[in-house]
Amino acid sequence: MIKAAFKMPGFTIGFILAMTFVLAALVSFFWTPFPTDIVDVPNKFQLPNRVNWLGTDHLGRDIFSMLMVGARTSIAVAVVAVGIGMGLGVPLGLAAAARKGSLLDEVIMRGNDLVFAFPALLIAILITAVFGPSAVNAIIAIGIFNIPVFARLSRGAALSLWTRDFVLSARVAGKGAVRISAEHILPNILNLLIVQGTIQFSLGILAEAALSYIGLGAQPPIPSWGRMLADSQTMASFAPHLALFPGAAIVLTVLGLNLMGDALRDLFDPKIRRGRE
Amino acid sequence: MKRIFLGASVLALTASMAMAQSTHINIGDQLEPPHLDPTAGAAGAIDNVVYANIYEGLTRFSADGDVIAGLAESWDISEDGLTYTFNLRSGVKYHDGSDMTASDVVYSLNRARAEDSTNAQKGLFAGIADVTAADDTTVVVTLTSENGGFLFNMAWGDAIILNEGDDVEALKSQPNGTGAFTFTNWVQGDSINLARNENYWGTPAILETVTIKYISDPTAAFAAMMAGDIDAFPTFPAPENLPQFDADPRFTVIIGSTEGETILATNNKMPPFDNPLVRKALSHAIDRSAIIDGAMFGYGTPIGSHFAPHNPAYIDLTGESNYDPELARALLAEAGYPDGFTTTLKLPPPTYARRGGEIIAAQLRAVGIETEVTNLEWGSWLEEVFRGYDFGLTIVSHTEPMDFGVYADPEYYFQYDSAEYQALMEELTAETDPDRRIALMQDAQRMMAADDVNVYLFQLAKTGVANKNIVGLWENSPTQATDLTAVYWSE
Repeated sequence: MIKAAFKMPGFTIGFILAMTFVLAALVSFFWTPFPTDIVDVPNKFQLPNRVNWLGTDHLGRDIFSMLMVGARTSIAVAVVAVGIGMGLGVPLGLAAAARKGSLLDEVIMRGNDLVFAFPALLIAILITAVFGPSAVNAIIAIGIFNIPVFARLSRGAALSLWTRDFVLSARVAGKGAVRISAEHILPNILNLLIVQGTIQFSLGILAEAALSYIGLGAQPPIPSWGRMLADSQTMASFAPHLALFPGAAIVLTVLGLNLMGDALRDLFDPKIRRGRE
Repeated sequence: MKRIFLGASVLALTASMAMAQSTHINIGDQLEPPHLDPTAGAAGAIDNVVYANIYEGLTRFSADGDVIAGLAESWDISEDGLTYTFNLRSGVKYHDGSDMTASDVVYSLNRARAEDSTNAQKGLFAGIADVTAADDTTVVVTLTSENGGFLFNMAWGDAIILNEGDDVEALKSQPNGTGAFTFTNWVQGDSINLARNENYWGTPAILETVTIKYISDPTAAFAAMMAGDIDAFPTFPAPENLPQFDADPRFTVIIGSTEGETILATNNKMPPFDNPLVRKALSHAIDRSAIIDGAMFGYGTPIGSHFAPHNPAYIDLTGESNYDPELARALLAEAGYPDGFTTTLKLPPPTYARRGGEIIAAQLRAVGIETEVTNLEWGSWLEEVFRGYDFGLTIVSHTEPMDFGVYADPEYYFQYDSAEYQALMEELTAETDPDRRIALMQDAQRMMAADDVNVYLFQLAKTGVANKNIVGLWENSPTQATDLTAVYWSE
């Protein structure tokens, strides 16, 4: 399977792009070219050079180092947010599917509709407005938005599986709904979840950047791509590299994750796979 | 840069020449006022619209900060300094056509100093014992004690003269003043329109119509200036864009002084800031030049106490709190915090606070003080910091002129409680001899610096941008105002 994935150029490019940023984020725990919490005003607005690879920002901080630590913020927020969405959404969706048509199903799915009815950013703004802006609140906000996405996906996929013969034989063998969901349904929808997870991951990074951009994400001095963009906005006309690099970081990460997601979907989808063979 | 203010005679001369030229101006401002009654709100945005344009007081500030005659043509002060007799101008009419008389002055001053007054600067009127109208154009104000700053107080936007009998609630959206401009309409969230007052008592305005547009986003403000949608931005919000305007032949950049002492305010009652050593350590931990360069792109003058450098009584005390992180660390150790401590840094929206906050947080971290930075909107800032005392540190610019008197109020948000300073302020209020007053103000500066009440950062610069053909805008900002009465297009 993994070999097959790497045969697809989209996946390979996406994987390399995404891994570059994951690696940068990991390395930033041990090492960055310069500390990001020290300002050095006399050294501001340096263009990219041999010392500051991507130049320095308006407070003289090294942009390359800021991007590395910013990757950490973006990825951490997105990972936890997707984790929340999967961790709560998938069991809810499976439970709703197992008890299709029951009150439980109705409560879960109508609750999902309620959350889904709000645009993701609006939920995020609501939460951060009530509880104050911070990275943790941004994670919770993006995570909540992810719950109905996974709940709906897993319910829909599980429903079609519940009618299949192997599930029927499991029921005949005396397995309960919980065991069937865990042992037979979940492994069969894992493909879908991985694809959706990749896409939600990229949406999470975008959402974190958007929240930080409007000042509701990670607070200073924690670097964040979105805030780097916001800070550099008024300086774009004379120091475009301040906006260019964090902007490029967001674009490349999201592009990488989407390429991976697309490739995986093609790979997992039997119809497309058969067409290719 | 010095090109602004011209005498009234020159204006009268040019008024006829200006006939063929544009008579409309679009002014840009960042903050929209909550309402338009300067006697019922502290927001500087109100004065930016109404001061001198719509409303006038007994006296007023000129462009260079002097107190000059306003609605009172002249005044006599009694020997003992307790009785002020104001001779009002005759023939002054409110925009609705009613006459401005002595009874309007009595009404306005009594309303401002009343028990239930909502005036944001009630202290200006505190020393008034009695206000009476001797006849239609003469007002006698009696003070409880001598007050050398009384005429200055009467020049504030909070001391303007309203028309007796007007519904004060209605005035919030439909101001009725005596000024050279009348209020036309207010498109909420967008703009306020003014028109020339054809029945003005003094030199009429040259501009026929004025639009004040509100653009809160600095990027949009930059674009609007560049596109010519705005003719003048008296206080441009992004100092980093000024060099570009300067390089563009279409614009003039007007750099002047303001009354804005920008300070890192400390909660003097909250441990560990109740320890003078900790406050002294703070003041040595901060590098002012890095903040002025980094946050304001060089626009700003370092200050060593809560006092404006352009004031004749100013003394430079920045040396008392020079940048010395080693000393700061030593002072912290002496105060019992060898490993530093953690505190909160709450920042209101302006650029000087948000950007300055990042620099200050980094400088404090260098001496061991960790800060939890919280960005607040103005509403939450007023609630949490200004009224709630719930903060360790905050950055704010105090834009009221000569406002070092607030340090005598132990209830004021940074809660400086010094009996010595309070006695000094009482002495200053009672003093009328100009030389003595200067000496006392210098004592006050030394006391504020010696006690390290707050960390005094810099005097905010007025960074204005205007079309190069606009003449008559204020270069400096002695009070919150956008005085358009003498503004005209040179071609």
